[in-house]
Amino acid sequence: MAKRIDVSGLTAYYGAHRAIEDISMTVEPRSVTAFIGPSGCGKSTFLRTLNRMHEVTPGGRVEGKVLLDDEDLYGTGVDPVAVRRTIGMVFQRPNPFPTMSIFDNVAAGLRLNGSYKKSELNDVVEKSLKGANLWNEVKDRLNKPGSGLSGGQQQRLCIARAIAVEPQVLLMDEPCSALDPISTLAIEDLIGELKERFTIVIVTHNMQQAARVSDRTAFFNLSAVGQPGRLIEIDDTERIFSNPSVQATEDYISGRFG
Amino acid sequence: MSTAPLTDKRPSTLRGASLPKWSPWAIAAGSVALAVGIGLAAALDSKVQWGLIAALLFVFGTYGIAARVEGRRQAKDRVATSLVWVCFIVAVVPLASLIWETVKRGVKAFDLYFLSHSMGVVADNEPGGGIYHALLGTLEQVGIATLISVPIGVLTAIYLVEYGRGKLARAVTFFVDVMTGVPSIVAGLFILSFWILILDMGYSGFAGALALSILMMPVVVRSTEEMLKLVPNELREASLALGVPKWRTIIKVVLPTSIGGITTGVMLAVARITGETAPVLLLVWGTNFINNNPFSGPQASLPLYIYRQYSAGTEVAYDRAWAAALALIAFVMILNLAARGIARWKAPKTGR
Amino acid sequence: MDISTQNTEAPPPTPPRSTAVHKRTARGATRPGDRIFLGLSRGSGILLLVIMAAIAVFLTYRAALAISKDDANFLTAFEWNTNLEPPTFGIAVLAFGTVVSAIIAMALAVPVAVGIALFITHYAPRRLGGPIAYVIDLLAAVPSIVYGLWGAIVLVPHMTGLFGWLDHYFGWTGIFEWQGGAPRSMLTVGILLAIMILPIITNVSREVFRQAPQMHQEAALALGATRWEVIRMSVLPFGRSGVISASMLGLGRALGETMAVATVLSPTFDISASLLDPGGGTFAQNIASKFNEATTFGQDALIASGLVLFVITLLVNGAARMIINRRKEYSGANA
Repeated sequence: MAKRIDVSGLTAYYGAHRAIEDISMTVEPRSVTAFIGPSGCGKSTFLRTLNRMHEVTPGGRVEGKVLLDDEDLYGTGVDPVAVRRTIGMVFQRPNPFPTMSIFDNVAAGLRLNGSYKKSELNDVVEKSLKGANLWNEVKDRLNKPGSGLSGGQQQRLCIARAIAVEPQVLLMDEPCSALDPISTLAIEDLIGELKERFTIVIVTHNMQQAARVSDRTAFFNLSAVGQPGRLIEIDDTERIFSNPSVQATEDYISGRFG
Repeated sequence: MSTAPLTDKRPSTLRGASLPKWSPWAIAAGSVALAVGIGLAAALDSKVQWGLIAALLFVFGTYGIAARVEGRRQAKDRVATSLVWVCFIVAVVPLASLIWETVKRGVKAFDLYFLSHSMGVVADNEPGGGIYHALLGTLEQVGIATLISVPIGVLTAIYLVEYGRGKLARAVTFFVDVMTGVPSIVAGLFILSFWILILDMGYSGFAGALALSILMMPVVVRSTEEMLKLVPNELREASLALGVPKWRTIIKVVLPTSIGGITTGVMLAVARITGETAPVLLLVWGTNFINNNPFSGPQASLPLYIYRQYSAGTEVAYDRAWAAALALIAFVMILNLAARGIARWKAPKTGR
Repeated sequence: MDISTQNTEAPPPTPPRSTAVHKRTARGATRPGDRIFLGLSRGSGILLLVIMAAIAVFLTYRAALAISKDDANFLTAFEWNTNLEPPTFGIAVLAFGTVVSAIIAMALAVPVAVGIALFITHYAPRRLGGPIAYVIDLLAAVPSIVYGLWGAIVLVPHMTGLFGWLDHYFGWTGIFEWQGGAPRSMLTVGILLAIMILPIITNVSREVFRQAPQMHQEAALALGATRWEVIRMSVLPFGRSGVISASMLGLGRALGETMAVATVLSPTFDISASLLDPGGGTFAQNIASKFNEATTFGQDALIASGLVLFVITLLVNGAARMIINRRKEYSGANA
């Protein structure tokens, strides 16, 4: 189910501006990798290059390689639509489709990919909502609009929508930054469960969160405003937070800047 | 576990068979060639039909080819793209033709003589003559309409933004919206019933101006309202906090801040009523002679002149109609461009 | 802005009553200047209401004068003879023609306008989208008489081929039967009206599509949606009510359009099933064509038909407003 990501020499641009430069790393399957770093360091941009969402932004383009197992996402003939189908994404602000019911939101991805029997859809929706720890809260109102849920519930609905299509990798772009502490805890617990099935990459500005949920942590930084962001180091989370090999990482973690 | 059938439907690879980048152009070229072929073979004499056939071939061809090579979803996507392009081209053709034909046919009779002479002694089937009387009439009628509707419109907008709460303001807002949708001929009929039939005032430029001002008022109210809303509240409060009375605050602070936007709105409204024909037809009556006095006797007007020359139906009259249309479009476009220029130049930098 | 100088020259304010500053509503105006200014601006608002009421009252009054002498049924009669004694006239033909031409115009213009709006916001290269939107904005300002002139002289001759083709293949339906007369028919009128209202509908729809939330489009993209699927899932649902109200505005204009119909149509006072044969008429066109020869009574009869047009456009515009207002509530709830 889950796949490995190998990034080598990746540089991303917004028009002429170089947002991130020469990033290489490996993300292991069935693990949680957290990206931390000061704002503007390009961690979200990098995350969006991993499922080709970066090129949706006007002027966005990418150089370098991203291998999913052995296949280059940016190779010739690769269909970005298929890439995004394989690598799911959860966004900073919960964004369920406002005109769709809870059920339709979860089923949205499946419906794109051909026709399913009603019973099949029911099964998948139930399984995904259970997987997102949301089933018990919404099972009686599946036909109500998703926008009626609380923020934390909406975010879990978005996670259910993303995992319903059984992606190989799940990218999360600061999924808890718009949520209250209790909802955040629910999502963090959920991440712990999801990593049994998916490769997870999470961007967070909250270092405690990175320490709590991730197996590996990557630290991004930029030398000055306007300069491209770079990957400073990536290591086991424990090591990054106890004994990082680069001074800048330690400065950041101990709160000296950022 | 129900995942088994799902897994089968997922793409086995990220790579799908896909058409080369040039394929839309190739399909477009092929469709046009085929449409021309069909058009010639079936001896269809209208180019419009050739175009329609080409468009249909393009859309269906795209779907067929893409569905075969890339699959149904991609094919739908490509059809949507080609349909959107077809929509664009279908719309561009008549609109471009409108501008092109007006300019091409308009320049024939368009010169200084045309601008500076009336139709006083020129019969419909004779060449010569001009739009001086019509231009004069239009300027006077539009001028009067502007003088009537701008103060009322701006004051109403001030009432709605600065004072308006409660039922009266809501009613005014609603009826301004309703007034925006009143057809111009109905506005003309109203002035006809009231001014000419009941008060027995006779046809005149002023009667036309009254109808035009009914059409202009709601537009002025709407645009002024939008502009006043953009003035930040801090400015008003700063002035009030200095002890400046509210009415002076409005005149000295609020209006000057939004004057650029209000001017733009007024110019767009003027451009709109300049082209109105129907009320002028009912109320100004039209004449071939110069009438300087908008308050008495029939006047001419540019849109009405176009209609009269078209109705005359001779070749030279058509030429005059096109030349007048060119003058009218030029006037309206210059007003529009200038208004947009002012809007861009005077855009409130403090807003938002 | 010289607030300070004004402050000095301002009349010494009446001793600040406790609520003078924060009671800034209409009732708070206590100084003479404030009272006069409020009176003027409120008076303008009331004047607008009076004008609207006057339109309804005067049209109804003159219409009543005419209809009371009508020997035929005003709503159903198929003739317009205001000079006969007793006069007989009815609006059936006009109502039919107005509705048919507006339906044709809407059926053609709305899909194309939505297509162009999507083209500008989601398909065109960015450098092309802006200028195209600007040009279409300008085209919305072209006076209707120019559309009428173009329609009558340029468009009409171009229709013969299409009409022949429609008659040949679809003549059996009756709707597309053509006797071969000049193509100054309801279909041509509908097509011209469609071209006229296209810029308005496009502009409003484009504005709505442009505001479709980026986050919902990204959500669809991240699920592996193609561009069309993104539009179907997140842009069209968001823009639907906006497109409807834009269409209503266009419909209002198509219903009331005078000159473009008056120049293109060769009117007759009967109803024909065929859209291709010349004939029929619309409210506005009938008023413009009959006005010059009308007696005072004839003018009253025309006013009566104008009143019906007024009521129809009021209903259409009212419906559009209601849809827009409801949309405001929705978007407020989602924000």
